[in-house]
Amino acid sequence: MTTTPEGVSLGMPQLPAPDYPDDVRARLEQDAREIVARYPDSRSALLPLLHLVQSEEGHVTRTGMQFCADVLGLTTAEVTAVATFYTMYRRGPSGDYQVGVCTNTLCAVMGGDAIFEALQDHLGVGNGGTTDDGKVTLEHIECNAACDFAPVVMVNWEFFDNQTVRSAKQLVDDLRAGVPVEPTRGAPLCTFKETARILAGFPDEREGAVEASGSAGPASLIGLRLAKGEAARVVHPRDGGPHDEAHDGAQGGAAPRDTAPHDPSPSEHLSSHDAPQDTSASDPAHPAGPTAEEGE
Amino acid sequence: MTVATEIKDPSPEKLLAPVLSAFWDEDRSWTLDVYQRHEGYEGLRKALAMTPDDLIAYVKDSGLRGRGGAGFPTGMKWQFIPQGDGKPHYLVVNADESEPGTCKDIPLLFANPHSLIEGIVIACYAIRSSHAFIYLRGEVVPVLRRLHSAVREAYAAGYLGKNILGSGLDLELTVHAGAGAYICGEETALLDSLEGRRGQPRLRPPFPAVAGLYACPTVVNNVESIASVPAILKNGKEWFRSMGSEKSPGFTLYSLSGHVASPGQYEAPLGITLRQLLDMSGGMRPGHRLKFWTPGGSSTPMFTDEHLDVPLDYEGVGAAGSMLGTKALQCFDETTCVVRAVTRWTEFYAHESCGKCTPCREGTYWLVQLLRDIEAGKGAMSDLDKLNDIADNINGKSFCALGDGAASPIFSSLKYFREEYEEHITGRGCPFDPARSTAWADHRTEVNA
Repeated sequence: MTTTPEGVSLGMPQLPAPDYPDDVRARLEQDAREIVARYPDSRSALLPLLHLVQSEEGHVTRTGMQFCADVLGLTTAEVTAVATFYTMYRRGPSGDYQVGVCTNTLCAVMGGDAIFEALQDHLGVGNGGTTDDGKVTLEHIECNAACDFAPVVMVNWEFFDNQTVRSAKQLVDDLRAGVPVEPTRGAPLCTFKETARILAGFPDEREGAVEASGSAGPASLIGLRLAKGEAARVVHPRDGGPHDEAHDGAQGGAAPRDTAPHDPSPSEHLSSHDAPQDTSASDPAHPAGPTAEEGE
Repeated sequence: MTVATEIKDPSPEKLLAPVLSAFWDEDRSWTLDVYQRHEGYEGLRKALAMTPDDLIAYVKDSGLRGRGGAGFPTGMKWQFIPQGDGKPHYLVVNADESEPGTCKDIPLLFANPHSLIEGIVIACYAIRSSHAFIYLRGEVVPVLRRLHSAVREAYAAGYLGKNILGSGLDLELTVHAGAGAYICGEETALLDSLEGRRGQPRLRPPFPAVAGLYACPTVVNNVESIASVPAILKNGKEWFRSMGSEKSPGFTLYSLSGHVASPGQYEAPLGITLRQLLDMSGGMRPGHRLKFWTPGGSSTPMFTDEHLDVPLDYEGVGAAGSMLGTKALQCFDETTCVVRAVTRWTEFYAHESCGKCTPCREGTYWLVQLLRDIEAGKGAMSDLDKLNDIADNINGKSFCALGDGAASPIFSSLKYFREEYEEHITGRGCPFDPARSTAWADHRTEVNA
């Protein structure tokens, strides 16, 4: 009875989503079985399954949600309710690289607002917009647990710490030009789809991906270095990270200190880089608490 | 050494106590090899030599309190799990670190994931669980990679799987990536999310210890809480109690961020002060002074420079009118507009409110409307009382603590900075220049020197 021309909505329910091609469906079903097997109750597999279908198409489509529903014996309404609750599931096509600028209070104040505004101008897109070449989707994001590296930009959920307006513009230019970029913490970038597959619980098997960017970022080590009496060797992220327009030379934690931007604290003697470092009191294997030092 | 001499010696070597962070500076610190070289999995061996009940009592006696914000004694949480009930028990590790300002669990898991895995095995032995989950927020793929790798290593080495170290203990560990929702850091919302549902908090009771994951007894612990357990077993509860205070014993990670000279992670005995941390690390950025700060993330009432000497432990911060929370010390200097900061936090709460409880869903929305007007110079004096009133109608009137957290910055900023709000209203706009607050604001003039 539904003889209406397509595109005219008469309040009729949508037709069922088209199915995946047989080969795609067979491949995804095998992945899905592996995911479901991780959980005592199959429904727990829904979030990873949504990551999985996102890795197939770059966003969560009606086809993907239908697939999840079929696998788990749920209704599409139940799956849609979940898929629309979580911000990491995209509802429409977007770019290969999701560039997320943290604009929660601390990053915003430290420069995140300026970076986000500059990138919108630079790329000519608004929040959630994708560049014409389909490379970059720009978003502002919430706190990503890296406040000691503020301002932070995430690309496909890898950390680009201590960003500036200039470094962020360079970053998106490189992404669009296909120049390889490396995060300050994380592995060389893969595409958004590949990232979604890792999120579905399939380990990144690329050589060197786990090792990439070393054990810890410079800010993560500051307390440890102070405790070990290595204070003068601490490279402050503010001084060592990508700098603003005037600081082009600085790159990463190994950069030499420039124009000492603050008065050294009493614990930070500028000449102590060649002083004896470890003392018994600072032996990390025996961290002495304040009241555990009778022996001294 | 007495307390008096200790105060005379404010060197970082004395004040800090790296335990979890002790070897983050080593090459490949996240691997099993390096972890074992630092006596990794020794705590587990000691734990397996005890009975599960003795183990729970030991952790309880150590005084370890939850590091996720609430500070609930970890051993007591374990003790609440009913034994001999014939149901499966679960351990769920809350690695959904999303509280604004909080940035300790992510570097911990990035550099030292095995401390968490060892703690998980110990905890599961104690509560008689054979399946544990790590609920990691999805937006941190570098950490997810290292967790995948560490879990794989632990299985291969016999620390996970069947008959662990010949003890008869079987344990499966599943790493589960979330999908972007602050609310899932709330333990009952986390459980709903892990069950494949929208992350919405549950009404309690029943508490998770009775009816948690799949309605079975479940312990939900923060990453840092569980990761601290192996060191307690390895070095002894007396060692642990020798740090911190009677009621807040032990070491913890403090995360310094914002307008400070050296933002980063500082692991120290509980009770250190912000003044001590700033003194040892170069203070605020040069030429600026501290204006306001949070002791434990945006949900904990803010402090000012009057609170520099508050001992940062559960009792000290509580007595000063805030909460220790996650020890996320976000420091803002005098260039920062407090109305801007609070508006942004409130926008966050409005965005992240799951919508289940009316006071939180509607209240956070209206707070944002009022704050945006005030910040833009379109507010009225009566709005300030209205803000307080709405916050009061959210606080304590929702299922979970998100609502309380949303009210905290409102109450505390109005308490300490009401004049600044009034300035926005009478002056018809914000008197601050946001460009002066940026990380690079002071570099432009210095750079050619």
